Amino acid sequence: MVTPGIKDVAGAHYGWRDWLSQRVTAVVMAIYTLMLLVIALWTGGLDYAVWKSVFANSAFRIASFIFMLSVFLHAWVGVRNITMDYIKPTAIRLIVQIAVICALVAYTGWTIQVLWGAR
Amino acid sequence: MPALDRPVVKPRPVYLNLLAIRQPLPAVISILHRVSGALLFLLGIPVLLWGMDATLSSPEAFAQWKATMSHPIAKLLLLLLAWSYIHHLLAGIRHLVLDVHVGIDLQSARRSASIVFIVALILTALVAVRLW
Repeated sequence: MVTPGIKDVAGAHYGWRDWLSQRVTAVVMAIYTLMLLVIALWTGGLDYAVWKSVFANSAFRIASFIFMLSVFLHAWVGVRNITMDYIKPTAIRLIVQIAVICALVAYTGWTIQVLWGAR
Repeated sequence: MPALDRPVVKPRPVYLNLLAIRQPLPAVISILHRVSGALLFLLGIPVLLWGMDATLSSPEAFAQWKATMSHPIAKLLLLLLAWSYIHHLLAGIRHLVLDVHVGIDLQSARRSASIVFIVALILTALVAVRLW
């Protein structure tokens, strides 16, 4: 049995969680990118009808939604690291981080609207 | 030589001016990974969503988007974003490979860094050919 050590007292373990989610989302995005390349090569030229029919497929919409969520989570971990490295004053860093979170939540809403919105 | 006889302070740079230090290639790849990631967040995501929104709404909006994106400055923006995505993807794959302890010796790491850099530029050039 592993007994909790002194270093566990202060650890929230979010570092490990961020590290892992950055990699899992990266793999999801890489797979989707490959899929998109295959579709693009398969369909040839992209006109409006082809483009619309690709997005009419429910499986493609869901895959696109998972891709976009991966983008947003990945972006959050990356941008958060950048702010922690370069923005030293805590107040400014928090404001920037909150702005980033707001943008990503808004982007999530926009994504749902684009993928499933009534037209 | 006894430890006490050695000079304690060696003549090394005492400051870290990023513009004065010649970075090794893996360090260049690493900072470009961060720069491209920041570009993808600041410009890539909004342009992607804006583009999807516009191109899926109507045939007229689709044509309008194509017209807007055929402007030379728009093409340069798309090319910059294409490079960002390709470089970020390739450098990220390199990171994942390093994570499982493959190619972590100095020589392999330098070689994979130059491969990432060059392949990203070649693929970006292909995008440029497609755009123009």
